[in-house]
Amino acid sequence: MGNEKDYLELIDGEKKFRHIGTRPIRPDGVDKVTGRANFGADFTMNGMLHGRVVRSPHAHAKIKSINSTKALKLKGVKAVVTGKDFPTLDPSDKAVGEVTVSFFDMSRNVIARDKVLYDGHAVAAVAATSPQIAEKALALIEVEYEVLKPVMTVSEAMKKNAPILHKGMKTSGVEPTPSRSSNVASRAEFKLGDVNKAFKEADIIVERDYTTQTVHQGYIEPHACVADINADDMATIWSSSQGQFMVRALVAKLLAMNTSKIKVIPSEIGGGFGGKTIVYLEPLAVLLAKKAGRPVKMVMTRDEVMRATGPTSGGHARAKIGAKNDGTIVAGELEMEYEAGAFPGSPVGLGCMTGFAPYNLKDVSCVGWDVVVNRPKAAAYRAPGAPVAAFAVESAMDELAEQLKIDPLKLRIKNAAVEGTQAPYGVKFPRIGCLETLTEAQTTDHYNSPLGPNQGRGVASGFWFNIGGQSSASVMVNPDGTVIVATGSPDIGGSRASMALMAAEVLGIELKNIKPLVADTESVPYSDLTGGSRVTFATGKAVVEAAEDAVNDMKRRAAKIWDVDFDQVEWKDGSACCIETDVHKPMTIADIAAMAGKTGGAISGKANINAKGAGAAFATHICDVEVDPETGHVTVLKYTAVQDVGTAIHPSYVEGQMQGGAVQGIGWALNEEYVYGKEGQLQNTGFLDYRVPVASDMPMIDAIIVEVPNPGHPYGVRGVGEVPIVPPLAAVANAVSHAIGIRMTDLPMSPPKILAAIDAE
Amino acid sequence: MSDLQFSSPKSVKEAVEILSASKGKARVLAGGTDLLVQLRAGRMSGSMIVDIKNIPELRSIKKEKNGFTIGAAVSGAELGAHKAINKAWPGVVEGLELIGSTQIQGRASLGGNLCNGSPAADSVPGLIAAGATCKIAGPKGLRTSKVEDIVLGPGKTSLKTGEFVVSFFLPTRPKRSGDAYLRFIPRTEMDIAVVGASVSLTLDKVGVCSEARVSLGAVAPKPLLVAKAASAIIGTKVDDEALTELSLAASAACDPIDDKRGTVEYRTKVAGVLARRAATIALERARGN
Repeated sequence: MGNEKDYLELIDGEKKFRHIGTRPIRPDGVDKVTGRANFGADFTMNGMLHGRVVRSPHAHAKIKSINSTKALKLKGVKAVVTGKDFPTLDPSDKAVGEVTVSFFDMSRNVIARDKVLYDGHAVAAVAATSPQIAEKALALIEVEYEVLKPVMTVSEAMKKNAPILHKGMKTSGVEPTPSRSSNVASRAEFKLGDVNKAFKEADIIVERDYTTQTVHQGYIEPHACVADINADDMATIWSSSQGQFMVRALVAKLLAMNTSKIKVIPSEIGGGFGGKTIVYLEPLAVLLAKKAGRPVKMVMTRDEVMRATGPTSGGHARAKIGAKNDGTIVAGELEMEYEAGAFPGSPVGLGCMTGFAPYNLKDVSCVGWDVVVNRPKAAAYRAPGAPVAAFAVESAMDELAEQLKIDPLKLRIKNAAVEGTQAPYGVKFPRIGCLETLTEAQTTDHYNSPLGPNQGRGVASGFWFNIGGQSSASVMVNPDGTVIVATGSPDIGGSRASMALMAAEVLGIELKNIKPLVADTESVPYSDLTGGSRVTFATGKAVVEAAEDAVNDMKRRAAKIWDVDFDQVEWKDGSACCIETDVHKPMTIADIAAMAGKTGGAISGKANINAKGAGAAFATHICDVEVDPETGHVTVLKYTAVQDVGTAIHPSYVEGQMQGGAVQGIGWALNEEYVYGKEGQLQNTGFLDYRVPVASDMPMIDAIIVEVPNPGHPYGVRGVGEVPIVPPLAAVANAVSHAIGIRMTDLPMSPPKILAAIDAE
Repeated sequence: MSDLQFSSPKSVKEAVEILSASKGKARVLAGGTDLLVQLRAGRMSGSMIVDIKNIPELRSIKKEKNGFTIGAAVSGAELGAHKAINKAWPGVVEGLELIGSTQIQGRASLGGNLCNGSPAADSVPGLIAAGATCKIAGPKGLRTSKVEDIVLGPGKTSLKTGEFVVSFFLPTRPKRSGDAYLRFIPRTEMDIAVVGASVSLTLDKVGVCSEARVSLGAVAPKPLLVAKAASAIIGTKVDDEALTELSLAASAACDPIDDKRGTVEYRTKVAGVLARRAATIALERARGN
């Protein structure tokens, strides 16, 4: 658009934003706190059926037969679908993105074909006139299994004689390609320089193994949708997801339908954290609706959410760091194996790319192995892959600081990545704020406060890429001068408020006169899903450009009314003003809108972009804990999250993201884990025993916003949503390790594990 | 699920009649904080729910000559607001009040918590340590039982077909008495006890422990009354040495399982720790009374 420079000058000079950086109440807030907002499970239709899913009780088995005769005879049952009702798809049908997506595998995750690969794997789906009848029908669908030995952990899966999940799967990324089938799907490698040579230069080397368990995103809202399809095969889907266009594209792919035949209407979303970037129910609901000729609603139970959706990979990591006695790091090495779940595609590659990214290393090697096991297929979870890698690297950094007797923040400052540093994955960083988060952390009261007995303090840093991608926005000026801002990005973190603030800034009007909305797939052009911390950056950029387009339209209208040249009109404080002469009184947006009919019709602006120039995010966290030496119970006493956000459009929601990410990371570090029984059945399928932190477990999370503007965004925005979950695992582990004097390397640090470590000393 | 019957009797007699007629297929509903969860999870046996909380006797707290009678369906919030019982039996009250959240406290009851038969029930060790009894109504009339005799194992009680708990009786306390309940959970609330420990004790005029009862939860198939742990402090001034003995006796009494909530080693060790800590609190309270 050419005016990015002007905005940056504004940022570097005096900050004179009228709206950006303020904290208005979010436009969707009142409906949400009063219970009026419609989430995934709230939608109903006349004649609607209720769908349920038959799920495998086995972690690994062959499906010998499925017989739905008895179920279909039950009064009220209208349709049953199984894998046979789905298109086969080609094994080579893949989309390459952050993580490679295989549609062949995805289809088999949505509904099993010849094999079930985890406890909870969908085998069939049924639609009936009531939820009770649907539930009864589940038991009447007879599935005959040949039970196979499950493979539950990475180490079991990598053993030579391990049962193979996918016959014919060969490890990719190794030379030569192996001849034997393996549970190891692929190897990824990122390196700079010569790490072996560099380690020889080191005065000191720290090296350790670290392990973590499978964890779930823990969104409160279970997956839910309603699907309807008419006699012309036009399908409509109402669902809760992180991307209505994603739902449309995946349903089209999995059911071999034309995109134009599917309309997706997004509901409010009750948490996603990456776990709603894929589909589970929607294709089943569409097929059931098609068979039954009636709309079908499907809502997962919590048990189904835990067994069959989400999680992110548990894994093993070995981190090795070599340094000079003065603290200069000379080499870093990371080797990791992540559970992919039942199908290939763990975020191990992203872990490899991010682990050492906060540091300026010339010689670094990161190798990752993607391993299938009989657990649900890993889905994206907030900075996918990065937290486990950071747990290993940041623990090693802490140990290095301890051994060198250097303050852990000073050690990080000495080696921090800055503008021009080459990241382990190859790119040279533009202006970044890694160092600023570290120096800011140093000056906090928290970092300089004393500790009591049985207390410990840990620090850790983290990195996340943030992405741009395709976004579209429409700015529509109503006849009274109020404005609608429509985008295709579901609001999972307060983005409607941010979109409205950015539009208000460009238009120069009051926030209350702007209505931001999330439109369906037929009301705005295509947008990528809400993920990768991209929306405030990329969709925000689209909104700014669309608002500028609307401003230009209004300037043209004013020029026409005044009969002056377009360049004689400037836009100031929400009004068109004539530059040369004061004969013409400035016209407000309402004045211009009122005359739109006489100047060429309705006024609007649009922008459809593929945003480049996303700004990387860095964060540094400080955590204080107290450990009860007799029970191993950890109390988090104090927690501070420092993060470079570029520019905080709405500081409250930026702080909310930082706090939320920190809390999820603390839960991951302390108590969250998938517990499987001997035969591979998940034991903790609810929030009682899958222990996300409750509010009273947490201290106030102090959020310190650092603003190093991203040159790639008109207002300097970086992404904020993901990086705050990267440092906490290590920050908490380092704190616990200092409190008990024993290095904790195995997450979660549940009380029995800590007590066992103390007693073993 | 759709065939489920529901009834809401208004008297003990009516409830007994319905329960007896159902031939063991009825489940008693007090607050429902366990039963409704089991129902939703498809784990509830039975085809009839008998809601007893509309029977006045089940919802009232009475001060008697020699103690308190607490209706089996009195909620945690109601008991928590009762000043005299809080003063006399804080350990019993804090056990019930630890269950669930503020919302759950509007419904959770002593009767439901006991008859659910969980070895980890938070209010049961406090009742056992207190020497509480319960009044049981059934087809053969009323009978009284010690609380420790009700739970036989996970989900199993000594109640016979047609029987249900009407009320609990807590005796008046001698001077210089105190009790306390502690539980261990990984979180701070909204959780099930990994270990629970309750201690009730009475001191004589010179501060020597004259009576004591110790009860443990979640460390065996049912809540335990640990006589050896009590005798470790009876006759002592409940000094460090006696507390160590109590702690060891508590650990020795454990017969726990390994599960998603804790290991055998962990539960055994922490039972001793919590018993000692609960005894210390009970001692402080006794000294203040």
